Amino acid sequence: MIKLENVERTYGIGSNAVHALTGVNLQIDQGEYLSIMGSSGSGKSTLMNIIGCLDRPTAGDYYFEGHEVGKLHDDARAQLRGKVFGFVFQSYNLLPRLTALEQVELPLMYQKIPNRKRRAAEALIQVGLKSRLHHHPNELSGGEQQRVAIARSLVVNPRIVVADEPTGALDTRTGTEVMELLSSLVEKESITVTIVTHEQLIADYTKRIIRMSDGKIIEDSHRITSEIVDRS
Amino acid sequence: MSFIDAMRIGWRAIGSNRLRSGLTTLGLVIGVSSVIVLIAVGQGTQKEVTDSIQGLGTDLIFVSPGISQDNASGTSGARGSATTLVLSDAHAIGSANIPDLVDVAGELKITAQAITGAENQTVDVVATTEEWKYVRDANIAAGRFLNSVDVEDNELSIVLGSSVAETLFLENDPIGESLRLSIAGGRVSFNFQVIGVMSPRSGNEGLELNDQVYIPVTALQSRLRRFLRNADGEISINQIVIQTSPDADKAIVKHLISEVLIYKHQVAEPDFTIQSQDDLINAATEVSNTLSLLLGSVAGISLLVGGIGVMNIMLVSVTERTREIGIRRAVGAQSKDIVRQFVTEALMLSVFGGLAGVAIGVGISILLDGREIAGQTMTTVIQEWSIFLAFAVSAGVGLISGIYPAYKATFVDPINALRNE
Ligand SMILES: Nc1ncnc2c1ncn2[C@@H]1O[C@H](COP(=O)(O)OP(=O)(O)O)[C@@H](O)[C@H]1O
Ligand SMILES: [Mg+2]
Repeated sequence: MIKLENVERTYGIGSNAVHALTGVNLQIDQGEYLSIMGSSGSGKSTLMNIIGCLDRPTAGDYYFEGHEVGKLHDDARAQLRGKVFGFVFQSYNLLPRLTALEQVELPLMYQKIPNRKRRAAEALIQVGLKSRLHHHPNELSGGEQQRVAIARSLVVNPRIVVADEPTGALDTRTGTEVMELLSSLVEKESITVTIVTHEQLIADYTKRIIRMSDGKIIEDSHRITSEIVDRS
Repeated sequence: MSFIDAMRIGWRAIGSNRLRSGLTTLGLVIGVSSVIVLIAVGQGTQKEVTDSIQGLGTDLIFVSPGISQDNASGTSGARGSATTLVLSDAHAIGSANIPDLVDVAGELKITAQAITGAENQTVDVVATTEEWKYVRDANIAAGRFLNSVDVEDNELSIVLGSSVAETLFLENDPIGESLRLSIAGGRVSFNFQVIGVMSPRSGNEGLELNDQVYIPVTALQSRLRRFLRNADGEISINQIVIQTSPDADKAIVKHLISEVLIYKHQVAEPDFTIQSQDDLINAATEVSNTLSLLLGSVAGISLLVGGIGVMNIMLVSVTERTREIGIRRAVGAQSKDIVRQFVTEALMLSVFGGLAGVAIGVGISILLDGREIAGQTMTTVIQEWSIFLAFAVSAGVGLISGIYPAYKATFVDPINALRNE
């Protein structure tokens, strides 16, 4: 489904240039559950942004379903994001003035999808927030806010959810709850889920772990089922 | 994203910071309301002047000495030229067989001190002939107006305006009483006998006419050989008032009067000015239209400044809301959605400002109407077109002010906006 070939990403120019990605090759198939690990500054978020079409590679190719999308202009990428990608961020990135229901309606609004309220409510119920539909972010706990963000990423029925340190701001218990939720998506909805983390505990939920260092993939390991955390 | 969605987002953004939104639109509120008020005042002044000209009577033509300022800049029909109009001019016009001419009255206005035993008052003395009563549609409350005998015999008869009668004679019947007019700074005075009292007049003309007294035009000059006469010793007057029939062609009548006077004065160019009521109204309208335009454009500038205020705040708002823009971009908002959001928000701000401005402008105009300000009674006439114009300009200005900030918002890069702070 996704194929990166020699992807590079350089921030800034000249002597200030930061080479965040230096030749990344990666393939992700439909329904995969993978995590990207690495120390801070190793380029995880940069890679994630490129996969999610939030950013473009400075060099190299990005194929989504066989189409080169790395060079699409802003609005075309926005449309693609709205249709096939769901995003979950470490800092939730909810709009402070909107209720949970309205946050989840946003992607539907930009996609011009009808029955926004009903679909948004369904997504929120799916993440266990039935009783929080009309709450604003400042009235919700961190875990609840992240679940609103997950509902927002799910409401458009995305092909792939990219989550950048989704548990980074949460305590272990709520972090676990969020991971269980994401894991169930892969299982029940066969959505491709990609998680950025630097915690082994989190990565252990996934079936494939990619390790990065200095803008390169240094390890790509598929694991057998027995190694995966027993969630029951 | 639909327009309704954009309005909902805008409403939320405006409502979440009411004080700032209010201050942002203040410029537009002031601009719109001042356009409406200033134009209403301008039109009110015009109405007042028009009413007072119409209040003079109907179908009147005025001849005054000197040439009008239209023809000779700086020459006002004042002292120097006052001698060009004499009483016999009025007779000449009256006896010239000008068609449609109904009545002619010459008048000379001076200021005098009116004195009775106990009271005294400064009055405007109108020295005129019996025709004055007809041309000015005057009504008599008691006694009678001047008649031809008074004028021919140089009688010391006097008719009082209603206020003068009240002030000088209080409750008493003034008819038959004597009244002393002291003129030329008290150097001369004459005892007049009151023969009539005028009915009170209302409105602007009342202010003028109720304080006047009327004497035969011949009364003073026959007793003062060198008083207010021209070089040939003829009795000078300030004005000749001519009443025509309602369907008269004023231009023809004016032309014929002009012919009569040019011939009589033996001059090549008119040394007098002839104006119909319509001429006076047109002149006044022109002046007040210019005034309205001037006031309106000053107010228009404040609308422009108000628009700059909206633009300024929208620019700040875009900068403050980069994270919001980033989030919207991430979940699929295209440039056009972002543009629509911010333009709609600016438009809503300016429409609210415009509506508030209309309400305040109309309110102030209504409050001012009929108010006494610095001794003057204000008249305001709210012009519907000024409401629409001011509102449309403010909405337009707001729309334009929103475009640049909205355009800037499309350059927000989601990855920078969403980086962890
Ligand atoms: N927008 C940016 N501008 C400049 N440098 C950046 C930007 N984003 C990331 N970087 C740099 O790129 C490198 C990789 O960053 P990032 O992908 O955020 O790493 P990680 O998510 O693994 O911590 C770091 O050195 C970081 O400072
Ligand atoms: Mg990161």
